[in-house]
This record gives sequence, structure tokens and C-alpha cells, in this order.
Amino acid sequence: MSFPLLTTTAVVPAAGAIITAAVPAARRTTAKYTALLFSLATLVLAAVAMIRFDPSGPRYQLTETHTWVKNFGLHYDLGVDGIAVTLITLTALLIPFVMLAGWHDPDPLETADNRRWRPTQGFFALILLVEAMVVIAFEATDVFLFYIFFEAMLIPMYFLIGGFGDRAHAAGEDEGARQRSYAAVKFLLYNLVGGLIMLAAVIGLYAATAKQLGTGTFSLQEILNARAAGRLHLATSTERWLFLGFFFAFAVKAPLWPLHTWLPNAMGESTAPVAVLITAVVDKVGTFAMLRYCLQLFPEASKWATPTILVLSVISIIYGALLAVGQRDIKRLIAFASVSHFGFIILGIFAMTSQGQSGATLYMVNHGISTAALMLVAGFLITRRGSRLIADFGGVQKVAPVLAGTFLIGGLATLSLPGLAPFVSEFLVLVGTFSRYPAFGIVATLGIVLAALYVLVLYQRTMTGPVKAGIEGMSDLKVRELVVVAPLIALLLFLGVYPKPVTDIVNPSVRHTLSDVHKTDPTPALEAKK
Amino acid sequence: MNPVNYLYLSALLFTIGAAGVLIRRNAIVVFMCVELMLNACNLAFVTFSRLHGNLDGQIIAFFTMVVAAAEVVVGLAIIVSIYRTRHSASVDDANLMKL
Amino acid sequence: METLIGLLVAAPLLGAGILLTGGRRLDRTGHLIGTLLALVSFAFAVVLFADMLGKDTAQRTLTSHLWTWVPVEGFQAQVGFQLDQLSMTFVLLITGVGSLIHIYSIGYMAHDERRRRFFGYLNLFLAAMLLLVLADNYFLLYAGWEGVGLASYLLIGFWQHKPSAATAAKKAFIVNRVGDIGLSIGIMLMFTTFGSFAFADVFPKVAQASGTQHATVTGIGFMLLLAACGKSAQVPLQSWLGDAMEGPTPVSALIHAATMVTAGVYLITRSSAIFNAAPDAQTAVVTVGAVTLLFGAIVGCAKDDIKKALAGSTMSQIGYMIMAAGLGPIGYVFAIMHLVTHGFFKAGLFLGAGSVMHGMNDEVDMRRYGALRSYMPITFVTFGLGYLAIIGFPGLSGFFSKDKIIEAAFAKGGGEGWILGSAALLGAAITAFYMTRVMIMTFFGEKRWQPDAEGHEPHPHESPATMTVPMIVLAFGSVFAGGLFSINSAFVKWLEPVTGHSEGNSPVSTATVTAGTMVVLVVGVALAWAMYGRRPVPAVAPRGSLLTRAARRDLLQDDFNHVVLVRGGEHLTRSLVYLDHSLVDGVVNGTAASVGGLSGRLRRVQNGYVRSYAVSMLGGTALVVAATLLMRAV
Repeated sequence: MSFPLLTTTAVVPAAGAIITAAVPAARRTTAKYTALLFSLATLVLAAVAMIRFDPSGPRYQLTETHTWVKNFGLHYDLGVDGIAVTLITLTALLIPFVMLAGWHDPDPLETADNRRWRPTQGFFALILLVEAMVVIAFEATDVFLFYIFFEAMLIPMYFLIGGFGDRAHAAGEDEGARQRSYAAVKFLLYNLVGGLIMLAAVIGLYAATAKQLGTGTFSLQEILNARAAGRLHLATSTERWLFLGFFFAFAVKAPLWPLHTWLPNAMGESTAPVAVLITAVVDKVGTFAMLRYCLQLFPEASKWATPTILVLSVISIIYGALLAVGQRDIKRLIAFASVSHFGFIILGIFAMTSQGQSGATLYMVNHGISTAALMLVAGFLITRRGSRLIADFGGVQKVAPVLAGTFLIGGLATLSLPGLAPFVSEFLVLVGTFSRYPAFGIVATLGIVLAALYVLVLYQRTMTGPVKAGIEGMSDLKVRELVVVAPLIALLLFLGVYPKPVTDIVNPSVRHTLSDVHKTDPTPALEAKK
Repeated sequence: MNPVNYLYLSALLFTIGAAGVLIRRNAIVVFMCVELMLNACNLAFVTFSRLHGNLDGQIIAFFTMVVAAAEVVVGLAIIVSIYRTRHSASVDDANLMKL
Repeated sequence: METLIGLLVAAPLLGAGILLTGGRRLDRTGHLIGTLLALVSFAFAVVLFADMLGKDTAQRTLTSHLWTWVPVEGFQAQVGFQLDQLSMTFVLLITGVGSLIHIYSIGYMAHDERRRRFFGYLNLFLAAMLLLVLADNYFLLYAGWEGVGLASYLLIGFWQHKPSAATAAKKAFIVNRVGDIGLSIGIMLMFTTFGSFAFADVFPKVAQASGTQHATVTGIGFMLLLAACGKSAQVPLQSWLGDAMEGPTPVSALIHAATMVTAGVYLITRSSAIFNAAPDAQTAVVTVGAVTLLFGAIVGCAKDDIKKALAGSTMSQIGYMIMAAGLGPIGYVFAIMHLVTHGFFKAGLFLGAGSVMHGMNDEVDMRRYGALRSYMPITFVTFGLGYLAIIGFPGLSGFFSKDKIIEAAFAKGGGEGWILGSAALLGAAITAFYMTRVMIMTFFGEKRWQPDAEGHEPHPHESPATMTVPMIVLAFGSVFAGGLFSINSAFVKWLEPVTGHSEGNSPVSTATVTAGTMVVLVVGVALAWAMYGRRPVPAVAPRGSLLTRAARRDLLQDDFNHVVLVRGGEHLTRSLVYLDHSLVDGVVNGTAASVGGLSGRLRRVQNGYVRSYAVSMLGGTALVVAATLLMRAV
């Protein structure tokens, strides 16, 4: 048996979480370095998986198959396609930066009764735990296995949102704690409801397979094989109901309008690194699952629902951007910008063209990196000033030019400037949508003007103009912070001019997905000769 | 003797126990009544074992005894600690677990 | 030679990289590095130009493929360059004028603590602009297109501590983005129709369009026009250019006069195949051009801020170019010729204005200038030559290029030709008027100098050599370029292989057009002299007529934008924020509240008495047992 690389990639952060949690209260720095070390180890493993993945090979690679509970058709099935391996690498890549950016966030104040208090250990252990669960959710090729971790990651996220907030809160400490717990509960409830509906659909799927195949199964591979061989055929209405059950859960997680309202609360109340974890890592599981489960398991229902979903995602794009323009809080602004970006991703997935889906996958990666860059710099800014209201800033550029510069680059990436990574993916999504649904493409294009508006308004109000009171003494980025931001910016530039390494891995998977739904790209009226 | 009579006895014991749980206020007595109910069940199990001619019922009876013993330990500990803090063993006084 | 094309772009890009990441260490040498790399790029351009001249006309196009940018099923975007006569013209203009302005900036920005950054941004601009004109496909062109937008944003807002500069920068970027929508939709249309967006694939295919595809081609034309309107500040997207004058003057000269704002003209000329096949789009182009050339000229007449007056003039001159480009093969060459000569004289004029401001404590109000000719002789002479060139004084650059456009407008033929021709002539008259006004208010009359906000009296003085030398070079260009281009129709022959050229049948003879332009020129100058030269200029602007007041406010376009877009947008976002909270969130919170209320009722059952729980347990058990028995009985 070959080395279980995928299992190891998930086990290493999980083990790291346990070890980090066990570090004694006084040894905070040890805990931090332990966690960082484990996250870097995970990154190495993910990179190995990415390198060993052969784009011209079979669809799922590095597979591991074990029967778990035979009677219930449960399997411990792991395997990655190009999309999954890319997203695993993205996750593994972002976690060390998230940790470094939040290096001092969870530290308790040094008072006598705080000696035995261990929030630092908890914070870093929870991050590793989230990483482990996200990784295994990307790897799973068994529907139930996926479901378990899709739901389980809510638990550490709940504690990360509710337990660690910004030190200073505009509304005072008690009110801050109240809003924080409100946000955490809202996050949990929304996602739990989505998850429960999905659970019903998962069981429904099992029942359907049990009825037609004799023995029920959750294995993606078995279901697909059975359908390809004509042994499994879901009735139209069954397929639609099951699709809706799955899609609802993913749309909450993604989040798609009108299920988005938990995101601004959650991102606004949590610290910047946790906000990055939410939007750049955890939410990606939702869009990823749409590609893998909705389209593969329920191709006909996906096509049936496409018009509605396209409308919702275009609303997300425009609505998220408009609300971002109207925000007074930096983090909420970025959250609404994310709503808009997730609209683009879902639009790309359901446009059902190769450009759209490749673009959407690339978008997930690029959005992860660009939001991380913007949000983490915003976090540094907020920590320095002790406020997250835009009105409290002004003229930062004068006192902290490097901070302002990195913030601008993060912002420019968010508004999809050519040369930075998100441009490529956004254009692919737009072009992919346009070639099949021109009207949606054109409306979505308006999003790029609104993106320029909210990013530049944010930059203008916080960074330019005369230096405001409370800003004068602001220090520029420290070495640790530069270590966080510089690689992200370098990545944005690199993927902006040379996205080939990612697209090469993603393209074959997209081809598979499109053939699942029996769709081919529209052919141009006057094809140019190649 | 007709084994069914044991079942009648078991039902009687169970009823006495249940009535005790519902009527008595003293936690210790309530507790003893619970034990009585458990033993009534045990008696029924053993009787069935005899009736059916296999050992299943007797095995379950052993399980029940172990569980009952564990329960006694935990339950008594709770009662003692409640008595220490509230100077009363009445179950009606300990109604703090409501909102 | 092909490698040189890549290096042409790489040199300033490298400069930008070094200067923007180099940190404080480079504060003392940064400007030299930046200037050097601009000059290197210019040297490459000259080498390539010499090489191109040495080849046959048919073999002059060089291509260079670097790497595949976006390889996705069906969508293959390349990073590839194409250097033909049209790009070459632009490359020489960009690197040439760009280098001069780098040199000028050494003097102009000498006392600015953020000079290193300034040069970094200038280099970034050069790289993006070169990318724009060298790209061999629309997708890469789009990258350059937005890149120059970014550089423009950074440079307009260079003095970020001034809120007005930051606002102007943001406005420029966002208005440009509206235009960019046009370019991106244009690219998407090309992709869906032709399966590609490379020049070499699209242009031959356009001719094969039939039936409904004609409509698509027209659509592409309109979208490209929208893009051009944004970048080249044409009506209705012109509002940003005046505000863009908040940037340092070298920026205004390079980006907002000579190069970036002419990108729209480049785009239309480059897409000549598309526009030739879409007459409706061409009509739209000439309309936009004609309207803007009058619009800009009228605005230019009313501004007291020297840079804003020149900005109005830029808008108007680009209107000429856009109009010429919209005329089709009879106009493309002259559009580009005017673009080049305009690059010389308008850059010269802006640098002159910068030199005046440099000597006058950064005062921009012309009503506080006057009598500067003897204090700044070099500035006066170079500015004066630029002035003569722009109004089309016989023998100077503007005379050759603008006359050709007016002629071509008449040659369009029919009523359209007459309307366009007359508009162009009227524009020429207004140009003569407002430029004379600028000239008189700045250099003639009596001193109207006033101390600045901190009480310093201005001491006008001639600028240092780093600033005057570029002005002198540009003045030479303003004087001779047009004449040189016209010897033997050299410029027409040079560009013809790329853009195509045909002499139209003008209903009026060349001599008549020239005579006409001379007449309007004299009228314009005389009118300005009568109004500003003969009597003293009031230091405070008189109230003026309705038109003057409207023109001072950019013909109310900003007010329109403010009321309709800004206010409307604010209301929209505010109500959406409210709705998101009360409606979308409210539905969910309402559900949560009703569940909460229900559970509040149910909570009463939990009274805390162990025995009541025991009763319910017993009752429950009895129920289950009873139900089971009942089921068995049935």
C-alpha cells in the first residue's frame, strides 16, 4: 500500500491542534511556534500532493479507500481532483499567514488571575483544527464523510468567532461581547440549518441508492459508476429535491444572497485573521462542494436550477457591492465585498462553460489570497487605532506609507486590476457567463465599477487627506507583519501574470465536470483558425 | 410454583416503587424507591430467563445491578452534597434547575 | 530585434519595481534611476525605429510572443507584442516625451520628499502605456489600458494629503472604469463571435461577418467607443479630466495631454477594421468627437485656472482626433498625425505652465499672473511657440495636422461632412480665442501678483536647466514636426500600410479650407485681444454670462453627475443597508424570535420539581406501552 498522503495532510494539523492545546499556560510562545510548525508541515504535505498530482492522469488521484461501516455503505474514501488539490494547497498556504497575522491577538493581559488562562493555546489549536477539517472536506469522496466534516468545522469556527474579538470595540466592552456572541450564534444557526437540510438530502440519496442498487452507498465513485452503467436513475422530482437540499447548505456557506447576512456579522466581530479564515478558507468549501457534489450528483437538476441560481448570483454581485459602498465599518465593507465576489464564483460555476468554471476555481484561489492580503492589513490598521470605523481614520498614508501601500495593493487586487491575480479569474468568469448568457454577463460587469468605487472610497477615507487625531503616532508595518503581507502580494503578482501552473491542474477537472452535466462550450459564430 | 406469580410480585414491587418516587419528598426515600423499581425489573428478568430457559435475562439482571450500584454511588454523593449546602434532603427544595 | 520589444517595456517596469520597493535608501538617487531607464527605453525605441526604416514596407511588422498568459479551454490569452508603424509612432512619442518629462521632473519635483515614488509611478506609467500600444491582442491591451489608469490614479492623487487631489484621483479611476466596461464587453463580444481577441484573428474575420453578425460588429464598435470615451475624456465621460489637473504638472503634461488620454484614438485607429465595417459606430464616433471638440473648447474659454484651461483644450484637441478617426480611412492618418504634433505642443504648453507655477509659488489662477514675459523669457518663448502651434499658425505643426482634419471632415461628404467641417472650423476659432486669452493673461498686461496663503510674495524667476531644456526640445517639435511630416506626405506613406488611407472628395478645395481656418484664426485672436488685451484683466472674475458660468462649472456635467449619480447612489446604498438589516435579516430574526417565544411558553412546563418530571416520565412510558399494546391488538 502506498503512503497515505492525503490522510497525513489532514492528520498532521489535527495532531498539531492537540499538541498545541496541551502546551502549558505559561509557555505561550512555545504554543505559537508549535502551531506554526505544524501548519508549515501541512503546507509541505499539500505542496507534495500538488506536485504529485498528474493533470493528465485519472480524475481522482492519490485515492485511499477503506470501508468504514459496511452495513450503512459508509466509506473512508479520499481522493483529489485538480480543483480539490488546488484548494487544499490554498488552505495550507493561508493558515501560516493567518497565524502570523494573529500572533498577538489572543494573548491575555498579564494579570495575576490570568496566569492559568490559556486562550493563546486555544486560538492556535482551533485554527489547526479548522484546517484539518477543511482539508479532509476537500479530500473526501464519500458524501457522508464530507458531510461530517462540513458540519464539524462549525464547532471550532464558532469558538473562534465568539471567543476572540477585537480588543477595542466601538460600542464598549460589554456591548462588544454581546455582539460577538450574537455573531457567533448567527453563524452557527445559519450553517446548522443549512447542514440539517443537507443531512436530510444525504439520507435521501442513500435511500434512493439502497432502493435501486440493493445496497445503499455514500461513495461518490460508486454512485457515479452506477449511474454511468445505467443501474441508477433518479426520478426528476427526487433529483431536484435532493439537489435543493445540498445546494441550500452550500449557498448558506458560500454565501449567496439572500442567505448572506451571517457573513458581515461574523467577519465584523471576529479578529482579522479569523475573518480571513471564514471567507478565504471555510466558505470555499461551499463553492467547492457546488462544483463537486451538486453538478456531479445531480446534473439534470443543476441545469434545471441554473436560471434561478444565476439570477441570485448576479443579485449577490451587485447587492454585495452596493452594500459595501454603504458601510461605515472596514471589516463589514470587506465582508460585503466578499459577498459580491462569491456571487462571481457561483456565477462562473453555473454558467457551465469551461471559461466560467476554470475562472470560478481560479477565483476561489485568488479571492482567498487577495482577501487575506486586504483583510490582514486592515487588521493591522484596526489593531493600531483600536477602532474599525472608517471615520476614525484619515491620512494614514502620511505616517505609515508601507502599510498604506500594501493596503492599496490588496484593494487593487480586490477590484481586479490587470496584473494582479483576481483579474484573470474575474474576466474568465465574465467571459464564460457572457458566451452563454450575455445579459447576465453584462449586468455582472457593472460589478467591476462598483468594486472600484468601494475600494477607492475606502482607501481615500482611511489613507489620504490630512492626518486625523489618533493617527499621528501610528507605526508602520513591523517585520512580522511584512512577512505576512509580502509573500501574499508576491503571489498576487505572480498568479496575475502567470496563472498557468494553476490552470493546468484545474483544466482537466473542469472538463470532467462539464462532461458530467453534458454541456459543451458555445462555438463562436466565426471561429478563428487556430 | 407457577413462575407467573413472580411476575405479579415484580409488578407489585414496581408499582410500590413508582408510587414512592412520585409521592415521597425525602430524597433518600425517593432513591430507595428507584432501587425498588430496578429490583422489580431484575425479578422480572430472572423470571423470564427461567420461563424461556435461556440465560439472557439473568445477564441483563447483572447489568442492571452494576448500573444500579453506579447510580447509588453518584446519587448518594449528590444527595449528600445537596444536604450539606441546603440542610435539607427534600426534593422539592432543590428546584433551581429551572429558568 | 524582437527581444528588444520586450525590453522596451521591461526597462521602465524594472525602474518602477526598483523605485517602489527600494525604500528610503534610494531617495537620493531614485530620480536618476527612473530617468535613466526611461532614456534606455527611448534608446531601444530609436534602434527599433532605425531598423524598421531599413526594411521594406511590407516587412516592417515585428511580432514577439513571450508566454501564454491565460491558458483555459477555448480561451487562450497570449502575452505577445506587435510592433508596426502605428505602434512605433506611439512608442517614439511615449518614450521620447516621457524621457523629456522625466528630465523636467528632476527639477520640478526637486523639493518633494516623495520624489522617488513619483519617478516610480512615472516609470510604471511608461511601462503600462507601452504595453497598451504594443499588445498584439485586446486582452493584453486591456491590461495596459487599466495599467495606465492605475498610474494616472496614483499620479493625480500624488499629493494625497490634499483631499481635493485624492477625490480627483478616485473620480478619474472610477469614470475610467465605466469606460473599461465597454472594453471588456467588447472583448467578450469578440470572443463569442470570433473565438479570439487577437488582432490577427479578429480583423480578417470582421469582413466575413454577415446577417446578425453585422449587428455584433457594430456592437463591438460601440463598446470600443465607450472605452475610448472614458480614457480620452470624451463626452459623456469627460468630467474627470479637469479635476485630474490636481496632479503635479509634469503628470498633466505626460499623461493628461500627450499620451494616456490619446489611448482612445489609438484604440479606434487600431480597430479600423471593425469600425470600417460598422458605419453606425463610425457615425457615433464622429458625433462624440465633434461634440467634445466644441465642449472642451467652450470650457477652456471660461477657466481661470491655467491648467484647467489647458485641460479643456486637450479635451477639445482629442475631440478633433476622435472625429478624424471616426471618418474612416480618410481620417486615421491625420488623427495620428495630430496626435503626435499635439503631443509636442500640448506637453510643451503644460511644461510651460508648470514652469510659471514653479516661479509663482504654485499659483494657478491666471488672474493673478500678468507681465511674466520679461521675468521668464525662455518659458515665454517656448510657451509662445506652443501657442502658435496649437492655434494653427501657418507653418507650425498644428497648422498642418489640424487643417488636414478639417479638410477630411468636409471630405466626409453630404450634410454630415458640412456639419462636421463647420464644427471643426468653429472649434478652431474658439481654440484661437481661448489660447490667446491664456497667453495674454499670463505673459502680457500688468502684474496682478498676490501673496500666497502664507504671505510669501511671488518672485517669478526662470526655471533651472533641467526644466527649460525639455521645454526647448518640445518647442522645436511644436514648430517643425508638422512640416517634416508633410514633406512629400511622409507621414501618410508611413502609416498607410497599417491604417489604410484614401483621399476623400472634398466639396471644398484645400485652399478654401486653409483660407477658412486663417479667417477663423484671426477672428478668434482678435476677439480675445479685444476682451483681454485692450483693457486690464480684473483680478476677480466677473459674474459673466449664463454660458460663462455654466462653462466654469464644466457645462454643468458635474452637477448632473452629482445629483443623479452621487446622490442617487447614496440614497440607493443607504436604503439597501437599511433593507438588508430590516428585511433580509429581519425575516430570519423574526423566525428566530417566534421560535424563542414558543420556547418561552414551553419553558413553564419545566418547573424544577423532580417529582413532576417523574410523573411526566411515567405518563410517557404508560402512553408508549399503551400505544404498543394497541398496535398489536390491531
